[in-house]
Amino acid sequence: MSLPFILFFAFGLLAVAGAVMLILAREPIHSALALILVMICLAVLYLLLGAEFIAAVQIIVYAGAIMVLFVFVIMLLNMGVEERTNFSKFAYVGVVAAFVLLLEIGHWMYHSAIGGATANGAEPAAAFSTVDLSTLLFRSYLFPFEATSILILIAILGALVLARKEE
Amino acid sequence: MEFISQHPVLVVSIVKIAVLLFVVMTALAYLTWLERKVIAHIQARWGPYYVGAHGLLQPLADGLKFLFKEDVTPPISDRLVYTLAPFLALSLALTAIALIPFGPPSVTVLGQPILVVSNINIGFLFLFAITSMGVYGVALAGWSSNSKYPLMGGLRSSAQMISYEVSLTISVVGVLLLAGTLNFNDLIAGQSGYYLHFIPRWHIVPQIVGFLCYFTAAIAETNRVPFDLPEAETELVAGFHTEYSSFKFAMFFMAEYANMITVSCLATILFLGGWLSPFPDSWTWQLFIPGAGLVALGVYCAIDTVTTMRGIARLQFAVVTLLCFGGGLLTLAPAVASLHSSAAWIATVNTGIQGVFWFTAKILAILFFYIWMRGTLPRFRYDQLMSFGWKLLLPVSLANLVATSAVVLYFMMKGPG
Repeated sequence: MSLPFILFFAFGLLAVAGAVMLILAREPIHSALALILVMICLAVLYLLLGAEFIAAVQIIVYAGAIMVLFVFVIMLLNMGVEERTNFSKFAYVGVVAAFVLLLEIGHWMYHSAIGGATANGAEPAAAFSTVDLSTLLFRSYLFPFEATSILILIAILGALVLARKEE
Repeated sequence: MEFISQHPVLVVSIVKIAVLLFVVMTALAYLTWLERKVIAHIQARWGPYYVGAHGLLQPLADGLKFLFKEDVTPPISDRLVYTLAPFLALSLALTAIALIPFGPPSVTVLGQPILVVSNINIGFLFLFAITSMGVYGVALAGWSSNSKYPLMGGLRSSAQMISYEVSLTISVVGVLLLAGTLNFNDLIAGQSGYYLHFIPRWHIVPQIVGFLCYFTAAIAETNRVPFDLPEAETELVAGFHTEYSSFKFAMFFMAEYANMITVSCLATILFLGGWLSPFPDSWTWQLFIPGAGLVALGVYCAIDTVTTMRGIARLQFAVVTLLCFGGGLLTLAPAVASLHSSAAWIATVNTGIQGVFWFTAKILAILFFYIWMRGTLPRFRYDQLMSFGWKLLLPVSLANLVATSAVVLYFMMKGPG
């Protein structure tokens, strides 16, 4: 039992617990808090994989910016307790789909090299530095990177245009 | 002993964390004293005066008072979130300080650098990750109190912190472009050297615009005057912490001051050369500045003890005087010794003292500036705050970023040198 192994299970379980809390909580703000917990646990898992830059960005972008907006909107609307509706019939389809998906993931993890290495408690891969990442992003994959940026910019502008009040 | 030699990282880390926590907590307490004193003198008052000589024991008395006050929880508040908020605020604020290097990494015990708790490659990004979470303490406190004024304060502060965090981050990218690293130690080491042999090569010289943007955004980020709208007492009673009492209130209070210290440390590291001395190494007299400063303070205290202090205060101030003199001599001794001996440990002790002194001096200067502004400037109106953040600060910091990138690119194209 190496330390990364214990940490992986601790934070993996915490992430799953957070995700369950997110769905079960009746107060929207508790759901938001649970989602923040999931984001932070994911960041720790990234760190264990040696992707420190991705871990930091995960916290800055998701926990620090996007979830703040969620919490902000929940506060602004001062939402109360959620209402519970009757169990939807389509949920049975969902249960089956989820079960199949879990089986698939389990099968893949059991057989693939990555899953095997983690389960055996092997050391995480050598740290992938920020310099390596930026070389990939701004040399090898410059065009897709810039194209994605422009796509996001267009989406932001679109949201602004749609949200604007008619004068 | 065997355990210590087998696990140097663990043992040294635990001791470092304990010492840092103690030092930071004391510093927070005395920062409130400093603030009250400076503001009082700006307004031609005396400030705290009666609890200890010159009110020096006032922070202790305040701390005890907070501990023994009744802890009231509003009846219809969300208990979980209400209790979580102050813990979140304080623990995040204190975690950030663990990344700050207070002195050169060459000062080591058992092979471990002792003047920084954790030196990581992406130190800068990690610090931003922690501080970007800081808004939750304020926002959740405002929401969970289930009361009008805290809600308004929480909303204002979330909006304000999101808005100014953009400028804050962009204003320091210029420095990162010049330095080419995210590691604090490398950032500081990259600022050594001098223009014209005496002007330090700190990033503030080429990045003065970035520094001003950073400082303005940092004040807004820590909710201080003139951007203290989340707790504007004339409009919102006390803003997001109106419903908090006793030690939970104290935790918000401490978190605010801890955040002030963090952004000051970051400004020092990024723009003011961290632990580097402002004078060239060849000027050997600079080694005596820390000790001489403490001795001068001791002389001032001695004069004050003899001329103005009476009764118990005279005794207390005599102790302060002795502490200053003793500290001064302890600081001067390694400086003198390092000039006459080449023993490695003397040099190390001296480097450590010099580094910590200059780092602390720079932080204190920035903190004094903070307090000075609080004593001078009126508060912004909310719409002024928002238009200032988005329409002035953001474009200026973006322009600074573009200009810096262009210059860096030009020198890269010109070739190495």
